[in-house]
Amino acid sequence: MTNPERYRYRIQFEKRDEIRFIGHLDLQRTWERTLRRASLPLCHSQGFNPRPKINLGRALPLGQTSECELIEIWLEQEIEPDELLQRLKAAAPPGLMVVSANQVPLSEASLQSRISSASYLVTLDGELDRDHLQSSVERLLQSETLPRVRRKKEYDLRPLIESISIASSSPEAAKLLMQLAAREGASGRPEEVLLEIGLEPAHARTHRIKLFFEDDL
Amino acid sequence: MAPVEITRELEKILPTVRKPGRYTGGELNQIVKDWEHCDVRVALAFPDIYDLGMSNLGVMILYDIVNKQDRMLAERVFSPWPDMEAALRAHELPLYTLETMRPLHDFDVVGLSLAYESLYTNAINLLDLGGIPLIAAERQDGDPLIIAGGHAALNPEPMAAFIDAFVLGEGEEVIIEIAECVRNWKEQGAPRDALLESLAGIWGVYVPSLYEAHYAADGTFSQLAALSEKARLPVLKRIVAKLPAPISNFIVPYIETAHNRIPIEITRGCTRGCRFCQAGMVTRPVRERSVEEIVSAIEAAMQKTGLDEVGLLSLSSSDHDEIVPLVKTVSERFRDKNIRISLPSLRIESVSVDLMDELHGNSSRSGFTLAPEAATERMREIINKPMPTGQLLETAREIYSRGWHTIKLYFMIGHPEETLEDVRAIAELCKSVLSIGREVLGGRARVHAGVGTFIPKPHTPFQWVSCDTREQIQAKQALLRKELNGKGLKLNLSSPEETRFEAWLARGDRRMSAVILEAWKRGAKFDAWREYFNYDLWIEAFQHVGLDPAFYTHRERPIDEPLPWDHIDVAVKKEYLTGDYLWSKRGQTRIDCRERCYACGILPKYAELRRRHPGETWECPEVRSPARQKSDLIPLVPA
Repeated sequence: MTNPERYRYRIQFEKRDEIRFIGHLDLQRTWERTLRRASLPLCHSQGFNPRPKINLGRALPLGQTSECELIEIWLEQEIEPDELLQRLKAAAPPGLMVVSANQVPLSEASLQSRISSASYLVTLDGELDRDHLQSSVERLLQSETLPRVRRKKEYDLRPLIESISIASSSPEAAKLLMQLAAREGASGRPEEVLLEIGLEPAHARTHRIKLFFEDDL
Repeated sequence: MAPVEITRELEKILPTVRKPGRYTGGELNQIVKDWEHCDVRVALAFPDIYDLGMSNLGVMILYDIVNKQDRMLAERVFSPWPDMEAALRAHELPLYTLETMRPLHDFDVVGLSLAYESLYTNAINLLDLGGIPLIAAERQDGDPLIIAGGHAALNPEPMAAFIDAFVLGEGEEVIIEIAECVRNWKEQGAPRDALLESLAGIWGVYVPSLYEAHYAADGTFSQLAALSEKARLPVLKRIVAKLPAPISNFIVPYIETAHNRIPIEITRGCTRGCRFCQAGMVTRPVRERSVEEIVSAIEAAMQKTGLDEVGLLSLSSSDHDEIVPLVKTVSERFRDKNIRISLPSLRIESVSVDLMDELHGNSSRSGFTLAPEAATERMREIINKPMPTGQLLETAREIYSRGWHTIKLYFMIGHPEETLEDVRAIAELCKSVLSIGREVLGGRARVHAGVGTFIPKPHTPFQWVSCDTREQIQAKQALLRKELNGKGLKLNLSSPEETRFEAWLARGDRRMSAVILEAWKRGAKFDAWREYFNYDLWIEAFQHVGLDPAFYTHRERPIDEPLPWDHIDVAVKKEYLTGDYLWSKRGQTRIDCRERCYACGILPKYAELRRRHPGETWECPEVRSPARQKSDLIPLVPA
């Protein structure tokens, strides 16, 4: 019945502006449909409701864009990574830009357990006092702890911040560059950092630039 | 407001509302045409949220058809959820279409889908949000033409004040004729009245402002008088002689919607003649699609959408002439592709279990749905859905023994001449089914009973009957709650208030427009949503306008009383409906009219159309009147 041989591929894609309001579960479904349109020999889970075996990397919060999202898929037949890339590009919907496809060993640890942190470029909308921004960032970095409450849960934001810097201080669009922890159960959220600085996340655009792996460090 | 400004403002709004993916458009297979290159621009509106509207096949069909035309475009718009509505109003943003973020009032035509009555307040709210005057008579030359269609539009009178032109029946051809009419009118630069008069000349279009309603001294409707030479009486519903090929390039929503499936209409119309069923009366004649056409549409749609669920739609799947080969072909072709296929509206017989068995293969068998509608043979004869109770029980045994644990049974209370004994029988029948399940499966067997309340609808043999009062419904529901409980049984009931509300609007007359407007002014919207529906507000609206809600619902209308929708000709003759109503009172039933023609009126009404499309297109039996037997004319029903 099911072919025991499996082939694992890692795909990098951009989540662009058009689909930044699509949540993690919806993105997962969007991928399932994309893979079906590409007519790939997907592996499926067993049972009454077989689902394609795919693994979408670290969830990106609603409203954010990214150029470094990762998804892994398992196929029943081997396929040239380049052909896979072309087929995915042709099948992807607007806003989902497939960048690369690579075969990875079946034995490799899961994306979830390997991703350790992520960097973000946050574009701030509206007039900002440069000096105030600078001192806010410094205060954050100098703090020992930054206790915050999110969804009624208390936590410390400080250890989740790996770095923050002002990438551009142009008065109409200041940009912050931040690297935050992105481990399972210990993930820093850019909007929490903004709130801590006293900025309104709805007036900022967050773009994920890079995912860092545990073994990169 | 220009699309760029709307887009800029949305940047601020969207992060603050629930499910912003409802308001962004940009999905796969969306069609964006060049605005400047088109001279007829149509906004297709389903007046409920995106999640529901995107599952509406009618909207998708019209979208496809209009966008295929040169120099015409269609874009989509849905009702914003109240949080988004509040944000739009606070930022003074007009409601816009998803394709190009254009305000609704920039369009030449706004087409509203009135699939059911509880969309009425949302429909006018949508116009208001789009910056369009609500009252048709107050619209100026620069305002869009507001058209409406769908089953609820077959009694157009309650919405007559708001709609410029109603589309009666099937929209596939008439939508283009309307758009061309608008194009000609724009080229001529003629006044708005001229457009309305020329629209009235199109088969299937009803322009309410060309008529005036009159009422008798006792408040009953007396007649509709034409105010213009162009105003036809009656107005015949539009049909297509042959179903066009099914569409396959469905827009693929990014967000979860009500039905994430490929809808393929396998049959249109129904020959069963259940007397409570409006769809069965107004969608005649029955037309089917071939197995080949259906299978290739599924294949094309899967390729274009990547969806993994297919809904084979019809009012009565079992009646498709080729249902067995269809199911066999579909399941052989798609079984290995992890595709789920749903086949609703199956008859209560063991063949249906075979069909579902074939379709489901090894996949999940959550629940098997049957709709006996009534629990006693007497009651089922009155509503013309006759079936021996033993057959239902045998079918249930078959279902349980093939691996389904749950049987869902749909009933209605409030049928004409229903007694408490008929209601009690619903509980008894459910228990009998459950005990069969226990015999087969033991404690795992389940019965879920869904019990709705009958609402008399226009153009049906029950259009005259009185609706149960709130107290009657409550008493019947209390009986069901008492009798129908225990392990393995689940009961779902409809709200008596929502039933009454739908019943007022379904058989309302033109005066009802004032009630709808008043209710909207008092905040009514999303009436189809339990958390928003406000019964008291509607009662206040009736009081304010000076109409009695009970007049519309709790009154058996005399057979000879003119009905507010008599001028809408759905091609089923009123005499046929009257006769069938009298038959129901005698408990007489009619068999499937594929077997025998009861002269409902479809054949003579569309004789010319059928002549131009010979062959097996319609499922009406060949009927020859003795006088015409030798002629070459198409068969006609004896007068």
